[in-house]
Amino acid sequence: MRELNYLQAIREAQFEEMKRDPKVFIMGEDITYSIYGTTAGFLEEFGAERVRNTPISESGFTGVGIGAALVGMRPIVDYSIASFIFVAMDQLVSMAAKATYMYGGQAKVPIVFRAVMFYGGGNAAQHSDRPYPSLMNVPGLKIIMPATPYDMKGLLKSAIRDDDPVFCFEDGTVLSSTGPVPEEEYLVPIGIGDIKREGTDVTIVGIAGCVALALQAAEALAQEGISAEVIDPRTLVPMDKNIILESVSKTGRLVVADPAHKTCSAASQVAAIVAEEGFWSLHAPIQVVATADVQIPFSPTLEQQVYPTKEKIVEAVHKTMA
Amino acid sequence: MKISNETLIEMLRRMYRIRHFEEKVIELVAAGELIGAAHTSIGEEATHVGACMALAPDDYEMGTHRSHGHPIAKGAALKPLMAELLGRATGVNRGKSGSMHLADFSIGSLGETSIVGSGLPAAAGAALGAKMLNNGKVSLCFFGDGASSQGTFHESMNLASIWKLPVIYLCENNGYAVTTAASYSVSVKDVADRAQGYDMPGVVVDGQDVIAVYEVVQQAAERARKGNGPSLVEAKTYRYREHAEGAMFESVGKASHYRGDEEYNSWLKRDPIILFRAKLVEMGVITEAQADDLNQETHEEVLEAVTYAKESPLPEQQEAFEGLYSTPISA
Repeated sequence: MRELNYLQAIREAQFEEMKRDPKVFIMGEDITYSIYGTTAGFLEEFGAERVRNTPISESGFTGVGIGAALVGMRPIVDYSIASFIFVAMDQLVSMAAKATYMYGGQAKVPIVFRAVMFYGGGNAAQHSDRPYPSLMNVPGLKIIMPATPYDMKGLLKSAIRDDDPVFCFEDGTVLSSTGPVPEEEYLVPIGIGDIKREGTDVTIVGIAGCVALALQAAEALAQEGISAEVIDPRTLVPMDKNIILESVSKTGRLVVADPAHKTCSAASQVAAIVAEEGFWSLHAPIQVVATADVQIPFSPTLEQQVYPTKEKIVEAVHKTMA
Repeated sequence: MKISNETLIEMLRRMYRIRHFEEKVIELVAAGELIGAAHTSIGEEATHVGACMALAPDDYEMGTHRSHGHPIAKGAALKPLMAELLGRATGVNRGKSGSMHLADFSIGSLGETSIVGSGLPAAAGAALGAKMLNNGKVSLCFFGDGASSQGTFHESMNLASIWKLPVIYLCENNGYAVTTAASYSVSVKDVADRAQGYDMPGVVVDGQDVIAVYEVVQQAAERARKGNGPSLVEAKTYRYREHAEGAMFESVGKASHYRGDEEYNSWLKRDPIILFRAKLVEMGVITEAQADDLNQETHEEVLEAVTYAKESPLPEQQEAFEGLYSTPISA
């Protein structure tokens, strides 16, 4: 099968959906220039009406997208850097997430919000956020977290066809990673997790970029004779509880690795689900490997300390085996 | 331009409808039958009706927490609105929204929003949708003097201007954001002056004069439909009640400390319904008796709406957990 990288998968998903449905359009800062390549060639193909450069006006263009969705368009809003979504928070929380419920089903908000999370690259406190846990606490949004090019393309296409607001968080640590992506049409359904590696001794749930770290950890653990199963929920809202609970019922041990800050992270939610519904399967306390509850420092020496690593995941697995 | 007698009479009908509806809201709040925040716009009916009647019935409208008058002015049926206020299953939003978030998509009312200033970007978005769908519709956005200080005001005006969106921003300047005077909190005397900064027309209009509002908004709508972009209209108006009904506001219906008797009474003399009714009689459009009938008919419509609401079932308890998504989740 041919290989694409993560950014090429985003581009292809958007391109195909814009070809398929004239109501799909994309807007964001510098979108026609396409700094990351995810809209390369779009202006020529689709024109300036559907490939819409925005001013630096996150609250404004988020709301514009929501309003356009309310009357039948299907916007993709690209924030370019996930830290910028905080500027648009009221529009996301008070408008996008609430309209369908609050207006008694009269409103549909078919909109996709895309945000790349750059972290680990010396961008310091204000450009390195991984803000998805804040939005997990907002009912009404769906959140996809594709970790591979295959999942990215399939999930993003599903998101664009979904009639609800879907947030797509893109992990900056895997942008250049490649993987097989079929040429033919496929979708990955929202809300279905994936077993990335089968195992029998311990379950490692990886979120976003931590899926790759969990696979590296599983490889290292295999050298020691420990068989780790790696689960990628792929979607945080709705969360595929069953795939996690079934794995834990088999392995009896759980480590959750998550690039978010530890307090109220996606990992917290996974741990809570297993504590509530899978407790009697557990042979050892659940271990969470997440980013420390400090701001992201600049100096690489400092920054490297705060995130999950392969080594931290291996160490956490050892704790569940002790 | 000449406004037909039929339109003029319909304007008065809708103004009466709003007034009776909200007087009933006040009673229901006082009786403890209507809970939650309820903000009335008694005194501002000419602004609502003049603006909405200047549009086509299926044009888009978005509004504010002071939310009853906008959909009624746009032509919404009263029964589902009142049922919503009383939390009934037959409510326009199935009992999910209450007073501050009315909406009736069937007549282009895309939703009132209660975070001040939050509707301004979405109204531009509805206009962008209209432009891209090429459906010929325009979008009308009501907001208050308070919202003119929000960042969304600036962002929406700028976006609407650079993209020449068919949107009309209608500032209902009633002089106060809760108790804070616009004369204190807004940097300019007229919010409309800010239009210059966005390269769009900015017009001040007497918000107590329904015909004046109608004409200004009609011009703005015409400009929008021709592809010439947005307009900012500022209607100078006044709310006769307090910010909201209820116990926090002991001085309801009276000139309270932040407004003063002289100011309050001068606006009371310019009741938009009394002014317009007298004008229509003077113009020979209706007789006093016909105006009385209109008053009576709309009062009865409101009473029927209250009866309908009270007789309607409450939502099933299970419905609290339903309707979060348009595409239900299967996992």
